[in-house]
Amino acid sequence: MLSAIPHAWIFGLAGGLMIGLAAAVLLLGNARIMGASGIVGGLVDGTGQDNLVERLIFVAALVGVPAIVVAVTGAPDAHVSGDLGLLVLAGLLVGFGTRMANGCTSGHGVCGMSRFSTRSIVATLAYLGAGFATMAVARHILGVI
Amino acid sequence: MRLLISALSGGLFGLGLLISGMTDTAKVQGFLDLSRDWDPTLMFVLGGAMLPMLVAWRIAARRKRALIGTPIPAMPDQTLDGRLIAGSVLFGLGWALAGFCPGPAIASLGWSGTGGVVFVIAMFVGMVGHHLYTRRRRANCAA
Repeated sequence: MLSAIPHAWIFGLAGGLMIGLAAAVLLLGNARIMGASGIVGGLVDGTGQDNLVERLIFVAALVGVPAIVVAVTGAPDAHVSGDLGLLVLAGLLVGFGTRMANGCTSGHGVCGMSRFSTRSIVATLAYLGAGFATMAVARHILGVI
Repeated sequence: MRLLISALSGGLFGLGLLISGMTDTAKVQGFLDLSRDWDPTLMFVLGGAMLPMLVAWRIAARRKRALIGTPIPAMPDQTLDGRLIAGSVLFGLGWALAGFCPGPAIASLGWSGTGGVVFVIAMFVGMVGHHLYTRRRRANCAA
């Protein structure tokens, strides 16, 4: 019966449990919310200077640990778009939007929703809705992705 | 201690993102594309990630303080505002276009190539842009 479940779903669940564990470690260890846009945002806009080293080490491990694993196992295909203009536009939107909304998939999605925060549930519904709609229009009507 | 916990959390987060397949933009876009061959993996990732956190918030409510002694952050003000919705919509737009949200984009910098780096730099510019935008707006309000 187990073999009927696509492997990607099992890896998704296992990886998800690790992501949740990472968030739990940061919350119960350092009293911090594990939000990628918040941790990185505070580094790039200078608002996170009071705990700069903490943020830097978190980001270094976030980049370094998977990079080391990939160096051993071989790089998976990230299927990144070859359209640099599209990537710039998408990056600007993700950076501006996540800071405006005070969170992204990790902060609102993982940490906020598990706390039953109304704001996080609304944010998650909004970015999921926008994501589904954008995909439908950009891929199936405009054909840009 | 504090720095060790940061490193442990960041490393686990990166590994989880890699194993879950979320550093593959095609899997994320496959989830957001409801038309054909819908890929539900992202739901398993989000669901799986929420499980340890459901437990962690219960422990946090009982213990009130983290391991290092700092109080657990209180629930922020829950007022819904335009910034939350508009920001999330802008984020969702960019998320679908590239298949990257902040965590996976940063975690995959080691192998995502030029495109991945371009996305992350643009994301940083967007973050700084928002910071400057709110500062100017506040200055205008004060004046």
